Amino acid sequence: MLRKYIPHPMLTIALWIIWLLLNNSLSAGQMILGAVLAVFIPWFTSGFWEEKITVYRPWSFVKFLLTVLYQIVVANIHVAKLILSSSDKLQPGFIEVPIELTSPLAVSILANTISLTPGTVTCDLSDDKTHLLIHALHIEDAQTTIDEIKQLFEKPLQEIFH
Amino acid sequence: MFEIILSILVLLGGFFTLVGSIGLFKLPDFYMRLHGPTKASTLGVGAVLLASAIHFSFKTNEISLHEILVTLFLFITAPVSAHLMAKAALHIKVKQEKRTINKSD
Repeated sequence: MLRKYIPHPMLTIALWIIWLLLNNSLSAGQMILGAVLAVFIPWFTSGFWEEKITVYRPWSFVKFLLTVLYQIVVANIHVAKLILSSSDKLQPGFIEVPIELTSPLAVSILANTISLTPGTVTCDLSDDKTHLLIHALHIEDAQTTIDEIKQLFEKPLQEIFH
Repeated sequence: MFEIILSILVLLGGFFTLVGSIGLFKLPDFYMRLHGPTKASTLGVGAVLLASAIHFSFKTNEISLHEILVTLFLFITAPVSAHLMAKAALHIKVKQEKRTINKSD
């Protein structure tokens, strides 16, 4: 019943919060207007969203976001050092990372996270969706980089989205 | 005291943005240059926006959270544009630096 009128609860909540942030106010009027929009926009566009988005463990997701923020700071400092030192010593390269995620949303979040963390950019997803091709600015050991990505980002995402 | 924290944040933001630009300028090939701007836009802009949020929240006694949205949109769009540029570069086979390691196969 509720599912029929609110097809994507996560999207509704996100739209409502974004509306309030855009207006930078918590007045009753804005809250109601935002809520109306947040219910109707997912309703009208539900044809484009075939896949149901389910977050199984919201707390793990918050933890995941904090890990990503921390990694961004650490990696930024690391890359800043790399850029400022001599660029002849850099060893760039492409690495293929095998992925076990199946949900398209989880794969795209993983790809975006890899691009956001400095030092690595996602270039391509293989046609059979089992490997991500990433370009790294400096590779010391390809296996360590792969393990790090799998441990830090893929495992939590696997738990959150299955 | 307050000003000191803000200054440090703004300086940090400026520093990382500068490093990103230096990277864009001096790294040898397209793929490596791609790393410069994606970096600057995360921590660099993040620090400046954090400073802005703190400043306006305390100066006007009204919580200012616009900045969170800017960060959110930036974090969504920056990786996508980097990904598309990298994919396009792979497609038209942009020249790589000689020492680049290709797929470990």
